[in-house]
Amino acid sequence: MIPPPFTYAAPTSLEEALALLQQHGPMAKILAGGHSLLPMMKLRLLEPEVLIDLRRVPGLADIREENGYLHLGAMVREVELEEHPLIRAKYPLLYETTRWIADPQVRNMGTVGGNLAHGDPGNDHPATMMAYDAQLVVVGPRGERVIPAREFFLDFYTTALEPDEILTAIRIPTPPPRSGGAYEKLERKVGDYATAAVAVQLSLAEDGTLSYVGIGLTNVAHVPLFAARSCAHLQGQRPTPERIDEAAQMASEDCNPRSDLRGSAEYKRAMVRELTRRAFRRALERAQGGQ
Amino acid sequence: MAKQTVTVTLTVNGETHTAEVEPRLLLVHFLREHLNLTGTHIGCDTTHCGACTVLMNGRAVKSCTVLTVQADGATIKTIEGMAENGKMHPLQEGFHVEHGLQCGYCTPGMIMRAAELLAKNPDPTEDEIRWGISGNLCRCTGYVNIVKAIQYAARKLREQAAAGS
Repeated sequence: MIPPPFTYAAPTSLEEALALLQQHGPMAKILAGGHSLLPMMKLRLLEPEVLIDLRRVPGLADIREENGYLHLGAMVREVELEEHPLIRAKYPLLYETTRWIADPQVRNMGTVGGNLAHGDPGNDHPATMMAYDAQLVVVGPRGERVIPAREFFLDFYTTALEPDEILTAIRIPTPPPRSGGAYEKLERKVGDYATAAVAVQLSLAEDGTLSYVGIGLTNVAHVPLFAARSCAHLQGQRPTPERIDEAAQMASEDCNPRSDLRGSAEYKRAMVRELTRRAFRRALERAQGGQ
Repeated sequence: MAKQTVTVTLTVNGETHTAEVEPRLLLVHFLREHLNLTGTHIGCDTTHCGACTVLMNGRAVKSCTVLTVQADGATIKTIEGMAENGKMHPLQEGFHVEHGLQCGYCTPGMIMRAAELLAKNPDPTEDEIRWGISGNLCRCTGYVNIVKAIQYAARKLREQAAAGS
């Protein structure tokens, strides 16, 4: 399969990339790793007239902690997240999520920004960024704006990104002491999209109550979901088994999966309940273990 | 609209090639049809099977899902670049000795991915090998001898490194 013809540009600055995007409007697409875009083009699900490749734009591939955030450039490859010692040590939820994405070759090309901006509810980073309460930094002709991950995913393959804007970075709040996170993904075979997956990030206060809870759900609605009711039920409370079960039940009620080849809607709801429990328990163990 | 072509320069198996290509030309087609390097196979053509895996700047990529223009300036290694001075690479030898193939269609991709894996992790566990080749499908072997072939190569490469140091 060969993609339909298009014009290719590889700008060397963000300003140039934005100018190209303005010039060509919605018929242009940003090319990051291309591992969602190119397969869709080969299948004629997308036929952009212009591809604007960000690979030569400097400053989009940094991984660093600053001002209480982990800053990830949008062009950071998945493999770089997987191999970065800081992420493995301090951001276990992000590390685990990345490991579950596709396969090693795809992770060598795929980018964290592309995984988010694509707006596919089956992608794994959105739920995790919602669990972390991450911020997405977006640049356009009107300047820079910051969009909370929890407000970024509007509809099926539709995000809050305007057609003339580029996602440049993701900011994940650095977790305080006594924090932990975990990603639980059920898949039919390695590399598949999730049948269902749950991201949990939490922090414990001195008295053992939950000072922070973020729960995100993958591929169980037309958009990635933030499990708001489950989080509110746990926030400020002691993480007793009963309360965890109740929050997991709420997550299974609040998602909206469709029956498909990966299972019935009923099965997926049951899996959300169980995966929420498992992810929460592992996140809690990490928080109690001092991570 | 006139058809756009882009000038690209790639170093493939040590040789530098400059070419005018259409932006939509996939790397696998450039390798197979422009350079006649047909050792890299096209399997599923949908980023799943890994038969088309090559090394791009040392990283294993599925060349059916990389545009040639994305590889402009890159160093590429294909299965044809593995043997040196007519002598098989330890991975090629391992697949031969351990019978790590039946039809052989997936083998070039398996070897290229395994080459990256062993460069990063010279002494992988069986689990690490299996996880490491999770992006390469083989429909003949059941993977048992593929894992043995990679273990064979890992051993041999470690011995060579020890002898050379």
